[in-house]
Amino acid sequence: MTKSILNPRGFLSALAVGFAFSTSPLMAADLTVALAAEPTSMDPHYQNLTINNSMATQVYNALVLQDVNQKLIPGLAVSWTPVDDRTWEFKLRPGVKFHNGAAFAAEDVVATMKRAANVPNSPSSFATFIKGKTFEVINDLTLRVSTKKPYPFTPNDMSRIAIIDSAFVDATTEDFNTGKASFGTGPFTFSKWLPGDTLKLTRNEAYWGSAMEWDSVTVRPIGDGTTRAAALIAGDVDFIERVAPSDLPSLEKRSDVTIFKSVSNRLLYLTLHMTEEPIKPYVTDHDGKPIVSPFRDIRVRQAVSLAIHRQAIADRVMDGLSAPAGQFSPKGYIGYSASLSPDKYDPKRAKELLAEAGYKDGFKLTIHGPAGRYSNDTRILEAVAQMLSRIGIETSVETMPASVFFKRFSRGGPNKKPEFTVAMSGYANGSGEPSHPLRIFIHTKQKERGYGPGNRNGYSNAKVDKLIEDGRASMDIAVGEKAFIQATDIAMREYALVPIHHEIATWAARDGITYEHGALDSTFIHNVRAKK
Amino acid sequence: MQSVVVLFVMSLIVFSMINLVGDPVDMLVNPESLPDEIERVRRDFGLDQPVYIQYWKFLTGALSGDLGNSFVFGRPALTLMAERFPATLELAVSALIIAVMIGLPLGVYAGLRPDGLGARFIMGLSVLGISIPTFWLGLMMIILFSVILGWLPVSGRGETAVFLGIESSMFTLDGLKHLAMPATNLALFKIAMVMRLARAGTTEVMAQDFIRFARAKGLSSRRIVRAHLMPNILIPIVTVLGIEFGTLIAFATVTESIFAWPGLGKLVIDAIVNLDRPIVVAYLLFVVALFLVLNLVVDIIYAVLDPRVRLQGDEG
Repeated sequence: MTKSILNPRGFLSALAVGFAFSTSPLMAADLTVALAAEPTSMDPHYQNLTINNSMATQVYNALVLQDVNQKLIPGLAVSWTPVDDRTWEFKLRPGVKFHNGAAFAAEDVVATMKRAANVPNSPSSFATFIKGKTFEVINDLTLRVSTKKPYPFTPNDMSRIAIIDSAFVDATTEDFNTGKASFGTGPFTFSKWLPGDTLKLTRNEAYWGSAMEWDSVTVRPIGDGTTRAAALIAGDVDFIERVAPSDLPSLEKRSDVTIFKSVSNRLLYLTLHMTEEPIKPYVTDHDGKPIVSPFRDIRVRQAVSLAIHRQAIADRVMDGLSAPAGQFSPKGYIGYSASLSPDKYDPKRAKELLAEAGYKDGFKLTIHGPAGRYSNDTRILEAVAQMLSRIGIETSVETMPASVFFKRFSRGGPNKKPEFTVAMSGYANGSGEPSHPLRIFIHTKQKERGYGPGNRNGYSNAKVDKLIEDGRASMDIAVGEKAFIQATDIAMREYALVPIHHEIATWAARDGITYEHGALDSTFIHNVRAKK
Repeated sequence: MQSVVVLFVMSLIVFSMINLVGDPVDMLVNPESLPDEIERVRRDFGLDQPVYIQYWKFLTGALSGDLGNSFVFGRPALTLMAERFPATLELAVSALIIAVMIGLPLGVYAGLRPDGLGARFIMGLSVLGISIPTFWLGLMMIILFSVILGWLPVSGRGETAVFLGIESSMFTLDGLKHLAMPATNLALFKIAMVMRLARAGTTEVMAQDFIRFARAKGLSSRRIVRAHLMPNILIPIVTVLGIEFGTLIAFATVTESIFAWPGLGKLVIDAIVNLDRPIVVAYLLFVVALFLVLNLVVDIIYAVLDPRVRLQGDEG
């Protein structure tokens, strides 16, 4: 990509370097944060959406909290233990008060669950985490949650639901947007929300956890990356998320800005259709005659993976903001298998594999993907297409807006089956539940049991299925995780998906601010702290 | 009557076209949800119904002033738009004022002395104004005025105040500071256009007999410009600006995105990306209605500016 003067992305660097902050030094008491997106509601139960959830954690607490790598840590519950195969007992934190002064007790949890599962007009409700569970109050500070079948992930599910005061069980979404009902137990209290403009929070003086340094926090949505960076340099804001790759070098050069980077759990992958079942033919021989998907053969799938030069994509397409991937989880994250590593670029071996599989002369292929959904998505696809063409798979690219892509990706083919032969998409484990990617993408599709809703390529391995199901039925998390890692090992070696890379998430702050970050690419304001 | 037909046809087109694109549930429902959640949302939002039934529901609602609830926000589309409208309106009005205040005098000046150095410089500027992309200029302005000089805030709307029952950032210093860059950015193209129109009008009118007569009568050039030139060049400018005002409101999207201005544009862009159909439909209908109204207003202003139009109206 050439950078002309008409392309201001990166032009910031040319001018901005060397100019000092123009406003007064940081006031330690107030923090202004610019985020790329804004919540659709301040009702913590309205929509299960990353930005909504991240904002909700500032005002509310769940029973169980997640740290920056989604490990479970005590929240409004101090401990949780299985009392039998189907029941978890939560010991609640004593002495916690809601922002309105009401005392927190087990009844509030029960009321919250009732509301969270039934918010009217919810575009994506939290019922998923609540359905099929019975809540039993033992005493004010003890709660039992039982399921019909053994289920080890009740604590994970409980980490997703923000607890509200039972007095507001019938409050409307509007009441939470205006602040009438917005009383949580979190580190900040809700002050004011002007959609599109600002969200104001104030420190909760009575917070049970470590107290925040900021008297107040202002959150502003600034969608444009360059504007966000400019706002930081100009001193309008103190902290930003998602630094545009082209602005990164100029920000890194400044002595008064700190950059934070971490390999996120957002994976970009290719899915290769691997059954004989006819779909729309995006794979043909060189004369354009449709052929049955060659990706049924593991050797062809492996050839695709070996043909992708992941490091080159990271260096040249992603400006260094990606880490080559060989599995769902980045290192240090739940479910990571130490025995898997990203495939090394080996076009020679890839060609041999194609020949062994009977495709010596290659074939023609169209690969699909969303445009503008993931960082540099179109350019990644184009790079992949060139790399595949180099081993003899004559590849062309077709991209479309995400809104069109996902419909066709899921059910654009005959009989509402997935349409594409090869497609690129992204995944990030939002729940922190280790079996999640396996249940969604790897397990054989069994709609009624909730298995394989994201399994669009027909991958099916009975042994893997059994490992996933056994792991999900074991109340011993350690036993479960072992099974999941084993399942991951098998599935990845069979190229159930072809991982490309994990995106690297970025944040930038003015001097005097530090940010605790991990595998999550969303931003949590309570992790923005004053430097000691 | 004609307007009603236009609105109806437009609603039909917009509604059917948008239903061809994607499926909102893919954009709304979190992929980690259980499969029955997708069915629940489809049912709650009426997306399980055939398109013609959805349209009928929309139409009957629209007739009673209800354009449906936003899928994303769960609130009435009209309410959401009404909340965002003042921000866009103040941006458009400011841009229009800037365009006229700067463009008109410069254009007239250039028209009066078409061969002067000043006129050439002004016309050169107008070419730049018309051809520089808004988003590029916006970012350049941010770099110059915010990052380097530190005079103006980078983005957002700033403080608002209520004056004559209207809440706007035009009434506070902080608000005006926030408004300055986006309004100028939005105005730039219009300044150039007003300049060119004013110049063209001026050269044309100045060559006419009644101006020569006025000169011969010994009127001062100031009086000629004010009393004889201005009314004559204003008519085409008002016509164009009337419609341009509509485009300022309807298509301020780029400027709003760059300066994170909490107006309609941002709401609509997000709605298109997320397939928030009710908002997109409501917005497009609003734009159609806006242009219908503006056309009417332009006709009325004509009559005020040009007595001939008024007289013909009286005779007819």
